Amino acid sequence: MIEVQDLSKSYGEKTAVDRISFSVNKGEILGFLGPNGAGKTTTMRVLTGYLPATGGTAKIAGFDVFDDSMEVRRRIGYLPENPPLYFDMTVTEYLDFVARIKNVPVEKRAQRIEAAMGMTKIAEQRDHLIKRLSRGFKQRVGLAQAIVHDPDVIILDEPTVGLDPKQIIEVRHLIKSLAGNHTIILSTHILPEVSMTCDRVIIINNGKIVAVDTPENLTLQLKGGERIRVEAQAPEQGLRDALQKIPGAQRVSVDSMGSGGRMIAIVEARQGQDLRSQIAAKVVGQGWPLYELRGENLSLEEIFLQLTTEDPAHKKSEESK
Amino acid sequence: MRGLYAIYRKEMTHYFVSPIAYIIACVFLVLSGVFFNSYLVEVIKYADEMMMQGMQMGQMTNFDVPSVMLRVFLGTIGIVILFLTPMLTMGVYSEERKRGTMELLMTSPISDAGIVLGKFLASFTLLVIMLIPTVFYVIYIFAHSTPAAPWRLIAGGYLGVLLLGAMLLALGSFLSSLTENQIISAVLIFGVSLLLWLLDIFAQSGSGSLAQSLQYAAVLQHYGPFTQGIIDTTGLVFFGTWIFFGIFLTMRSVESMRWRRA
Repeated sequence: MIEVQDLSKSYGEKTAVDRISFSVNKGEILGFLGPNGAGKTTTMRVLTGYLPATGGTAKIAGFDVFDDSMEVRRRIGYLPENPPLYFDMTVTEYLDFVARIKNVPVEKRAQRIEAAMGMTKIAEQRDHLIKRLSRGFKQRVGLAQAIVHDPDVIILDEPTVGLDPKQIIEVRHLIKSLAGNHTIILSTHILPEVSMTCDRVIIINNGKIVAVDTPENLTLQLKGGERIRVEAQAPEQGLRDALQKIPGAQRVSVDSMGSGGRMIAIVEARQGQDLRSQIAAKVVGQGWPLYELRGENLSLEEIFLQLTTEDPAHKKSEESK
Repeated sequence: MRGLYAIYRKEMTHYFVSPIAYIIACVFLVLSGVFFNSYLVEVIKYADEMMMQGMQMGQMTNFDVPSVMLRVFLGTIGIVILFLTPMLTMGVYSEERKRGTMELLMTSPISDAGIVLGKFLASFTLLVIMLIPTVFYVIYIFAHSTPAAPWRLIAGGYLGVLLLGAMLLALGSFLSSLTENQIISAVLIFGVSLLLWLLDIFAQSGSGSLAQSLQYAAVLQHYGPFTQGIIDTTGLVFFGTWIFFGIFLTMRSVESMRWRRA
């Protein structure tokens, strides 16, 4: 449905997007993840035909976003970072205007407006002036605007910004329910959002793609090893020695929890190795009270940080080459 | 076409839902009413004096009140329009850019021409609505004079007002498309319109071909004949060119927003 080849966009000297390529299948939800200024918004703006690319091509439903801009614009719904609202219109007036400029035929207009208001749960606010709505409702009107013409492709730039937790969950459900009939690209810097809504994730940093995969695979691939957290009452040195003797334990660190002689130890092992039963046996065997034993997963958040944080030392060695 | 109509409709609602249209029309009508009244009093007084003088000398003088009124009144209307049209156009693009709604329009299946013409026609319609009541003042004078004055003078005069207004609106929307700031766009529009208006005065102090070409560029030079009810082809071409030029530049400017926007 969407094909992007070597897409670049620079503003003068500054390169915002640097030769990225990816494709999105019909009915898929793709998440764009990256820190602020990574090039997410720029990529989306190129896809919608709002900005011309400096290099490469992007196609939506087989139409080039630049050469066949009108065909592309007919097929997309777009929610920019700031919802493009006319404050002195009511919700219905606004959606009616958008439906008109998106070429929704007269006979379908009323029905499409109702459907969009229903899906985004703003039907009760239909006669309110947009300027009087709260931030969350404004965001939902923006979302309704993106789906009012039932487009093939929906592009959402940070769709859950400004919503309260309950609304965020509703919007995520809405996005998930739209998939299948619609192809969706959404950007966010909120990580759990990606793992909850998206089929695939593109992590983008400094205009380059650093990783593309399903949220589950990304977690697996980057986890690298197992981490086990042990909380026990034991002498520091004794605990360290005991844990290091367990076969498979690669790194052990022990910290005092302060008063009472309680210790926290982190044991790292190779992936797929579960040392929890051995650790329990060891600690209890020594007669030390064991308070907690738990496997820790690297969260997507940590993976994201690993991928997007540049190691200054690493960079220096690259430069000196 | 459908896009153009949608934009036109949206702009008209914007003018009439917000108080903009009412305030501008109200100010315009109060000013034009006051001017019309005071001019009428002056012109009639002057005509009476002329008649008295003529009678003393034993001859009949005729004074053409309707066409004198048309000339001075439309001359003033021109100046009032010059001050008020920047208010109509200062926000047309500036506000859309600031609110981010330009992004919605430019990613929707409407052509740039549809956006520009829709907005231009809406502001022009508002101008026509504002002007309609003033036509009745003039018609009243024409209907009550003996012998009745030729109606085509009114048509010619108002054609001039409409052309002048359309030119100011076209230029104004172009200048509005250049900036996100409404105040900057208002000042630019007003400055440029005033400059075109006053070019006549600068031209008179000079001589030679430069002064002549400056004079050709002066709005007043071309507006004058219309207020006398004369439909001057030079004027038609002059205003027509400016209107076309303004709309053309606005389209180019809207198109270039894609390249300018960072």
